[in-house]
Amino acid sequence: MKMKKLASGIALAMMASAGMAADDTIKVGVLHSLSGTMAISETTLKDTMQMLIEEQNKQGGLLGKKLEAVVVDPASNWPLFAEKARELVEKDDVDAIFGCWTSVSRKSVLPVVEELDTVLFYPVQYEGEESSKNVFYTGAAPNQQAIPAVDYLMNELGVERWVLAGTDYVYPRTTNKILEAYLKGKGVTDADIMINYTPFGHSDWQSIVADVKKFGSTGKKTAVVSTINGDANVPFYKELGNQGISAEDIPVVAFSVGEEELSGIDTKPLVGHLAAWNYFMSVDTEANDEFIDAWHAYIGDKERVTNDPMEAHYIGFKMWVEAVKKAGTTEPAAVQDAIIGVSVPNLTGGYATMAPNHHITKPVLIGEIQDDGQFEVVWETSGTVLGDAWSDFLPGSMDLIADWRPPLSCGNYNVKTGKCSGQNF
Amino acid sequence: MASPHAHYRTNPGCRLPTGLAKAVQALVLLALVLLNANLARAAGGDFEAGLALLSEKSFDKKALAIEHLAESGHDQALTLLQTMSAGDLYYRKSDKRIVIRQDADKGYAITDVVTGQALGTVDRRDIKKVSINNQLRAQLTQAIAELQLGAGDPDIRKTALEAMLSELDTDSLPLLEKRRGIEQDAEVSAVLDVAIAVAQLESGERTDRLQALKALDGSLYPPVRNRLVAVLESDPDAGVRKAAAKALATIESRAKLFGNLETLFFGISLGSVLILAAIGLAITFGVMGVINMAHGELIMIGAYTTYVIQLLMPNAIEYSLLVAIPAAFVVSGLVGIAIERGVIRFLYGRPLETLLATFGLSLILQQAVRSIFSPLNRSVETPAWMSGTWEVNAIFSLTLNRLYIIGFCLIVFFLLHLILKRTRLGLEVRAVSQNRQMARAMGVRTQWVDALTFGLGSGIAGVAGVALSQLTNVGPNLGQAYIIDSFMVVVFGGVGNLWGTLVAGLSLGVANKVMEPWAGAVLAKILVLVFIILFIQKRPRGLFPQKGRAAEG
Repeated sequence: MKMKKLASGIALAMMASAGMAADDTIKVGVLHSLSGTMAISETTLKDTMQMLIEEQNKQGGLLGKKLEAVVVDPASNWPLFAEKARELVEKDDVDAIFGCWTSVSRKSVLPVVEELDTVLFYPVQYEGEESSKNVFYTGAAPNQQAIPAVDYLMNELGVERWVLAGTDYVYPRTTNKILEAYLKGKGVTDADIMINYTPFGHSDWQSIVADVKKFGSTGKKTAVVSTINGDANVPFYKELGNQGISAEDIPVVAFSVGEEELSGIDTKPLVGHLAAWNYFMSVDTEANDEFIDAWHAYIGDKERVTNDPMEAHYIGFKMWVEAVKKAGTTEPAAVQDAIIGVSVPNLTGGYATMAPNHHITKPVLIGEIQDDGQFEVVWETSGTVLGDAWSDFLPGSMDLIADWRPPLSCGNYNVKTGKCSGQNF
Repeated sequence: MASPHAHYRTNPGCRLPTGLAKAVQALVLLALVLLNANLARAAGGDFEAGLALLSEKSFDKKALAIEHLAESGHDQALTLLQTMSAGDLYYRKSDKRIVIRQDADKGYAITDVVTGQALGTVDRRDIKKVSINNQLRAQLTQAIAELQLGAGDPDIRKTALEAMLSELDTDSLPLLEKRRGIEQDAEVSAVLDVAIAVAQLESGERTDRLQALKALDGSLYPPVRNRLVAVLESDPDAGVRKAAAKALATIESRAKLFGNLETLFFGISLGSVLILAAIGLAITFGVMGVINMAHGELIMIGAYTTYVIQLLMPNAIEYSLLVAIPAAFVVSGLVGIAIERGVIRFLYGRPLETLLATFGLSLILQQAVRSIFSPLNRSVETPAWMSGTWEVNAIFSLTLNRLYIIGFCLIVFFLLHLILKRTRLGLEVRAVSQNRQMARAMGVRTQWVDALTFGLGSGIAGVAGVALSQLTNVGPNLGQAYIIDSFMVVVFGGVGNLWGTLVAGLSLGVANKVMEPWAGAVLAKILVLVFIILFIQKRPRGLFPQKGRAAEG
């Protein structure tokens, strides 16, 4: 612990001295873990932000000023996220923060960004049930990922039996609660749903995979909806392959497995398993080709992949730039008002619009894993889907809406009672 | 041979949704009529038409293409379908010619898949993959299985039959019986008997059904069980239902037996992983008394060594593991010796400081790996001889990689045991651990022994890393995942006792797996932890406490 704090202290001191050099720049905070368990996912996002800022500067910056990235390392330590966010705003004077990965890190930062009234762009798919005045959710809400994926399995593949497997924390638990309610609403019985939770980093999947195999051998088409997080995926897929379960027998659709996760796996046994995202590297559009080329040039490695949260940061950053131009200032309060309704092109050939509930419109793509570690899109929604902050399938939240435009200006307005609870996260 | 048409007509819902299947069927018939009129082809499918359809984007069109190819009777059809199934088919964007590609200097060298004619080198963007999805993959598997039913290899025939089990009915009987008459291989004959019995379950004759049920009594194939459940629910005849219930009961009791065996195997295999991870610690912590929090990172270094060895010998992945074992032992061992010489030797007798210092070391090693190899996981390939399963019967199969790891764990354990009991080093290690002063007085170079012992324990941790690279992520966090478990096993088994580690690892593994089905993975882990805490309260020195004066020190 001591070691970590010391290291980040040194990093911070370096940051601060670098920050003092220029006064006429616009500062953008990048709050992603560069050490600890989450470094595996978040380091890439830090690089993405630096690339986007560099590109913007090449195009002349913003409002006649250069942009400057202020990078801090919250070291996968949730309370440290809050401290670092405070430092970014109070000490480094940043005008916007791009950051966080896990929901718990976002929840930890939330009170800080609300107190200091800044803006945070959060680029990762999450469980919903939140809308803050100060946070812009550029990743998918459950209705932009989980629900369409289940629809695909049900309607296109004729799945009748469901395994909801997840890591034991807030995102899988909430998502599975929503999915369970949704499935039951579609007439699926209790006997046809199996729910399973495993600890973080679970590595021994033998019995669970054997159970799934048994559950799926009744003759009804079975699928696994996986909210298994991070490192636990590799041994899970390996065990599926070893026990001879192929994607034709029991397809697994994952919400946390993207190109980056696959780059650490031997993908041969995984071919045909599915993932639901709003972006795939394999999408064949001009904008995407340009983005990939720029990424390869920036990172200096042709083998590096791009993924969905990177696109979310791309969209979030472009939206912020547009909003700043529209408002004529980087003042967070003005940006918060200006950004609602802003539309920017996404990388899959469409447009993303920031809605009054601080979520954005996204297309939903279902891809099958190929042996080269890429996804082949097998299904997509006909248009874009707007992120729903409050799920329509959970008892407590189906009456809530979020709308940050005046006169409502509320993140959880109850349409039944006509009241805003006042609590905005 | 049953044509896919017959299959779709009689059993429309199994592979494709009914509507789609009907549409496909109608289209195929239409296409066949048209093509037959034009080209006067005798075969059921048209190879050229199928080939042309492959470059279509729509998966439905490709499904049609597969039917054409499968029924064409063309001698290249099987190879073509297999290539497609493997995802190796491409088409040239300019003229939609179906090709296969090979890596070339710039881009890919492509050849026509039918004629084998070389078509020169193209850029990545000039060709596009003939993509397939799961439905197509299933259809391909089925088509390939049907084409191979007469294949020379009995294993292929057996797999093909097993794949067909869930969709048999009386229409399939003549084909099956004809095949049964000429089948030579005993195993394939057995599956054929099951298949015939399954098909007969659909028969209108009561006696046929009863006879089929008799033949199916105790059969473990999941489709058979599902059929029997259906018979039990819906057969009009009470006698048949009773026979089905009896057959099902036999199946259930056998399935339960194999289920228990499976749990035992899972437990032993988890136990062997725990032992591998803990056995190095049993030496450094158990014999030397050093609380080494960087033990997990030594395992991680072993796993990364495996990765580097695979990078160094990309053409011999099959043997890379065998090279990686000694390499990982040496690398981790040297790092261990460096840790002992550089840090730990100054801290002997101060367990708290050792704990903190080694914890710091573990963070440094993790971050070093992040800086050198990137924070992303690295992909370590599993050699072919370690993949797959050993199928005992239809519901009980043992995964090969786990079997190898169990064996490997036992070999490592007994080798280590031999070293400690039979070699001079082992004797000195035991002497130093029992009474340092006395050993020194007898002329043992204790410092030298300390370094070597620590190196030995670390080296074994590296070897464990090679095994773990086959099961889990090779990433900077690998070690953290195993350090708690390792300490748990060593403490539970009794500090300073290798046999204790073996028994503790196996019993914790089995206990975990027995509890998991009804308690869930999260609760099972907690229960094991609670049990160990209670156990340590009762027997602080573990399962096999050290006896004699050494224990009192």
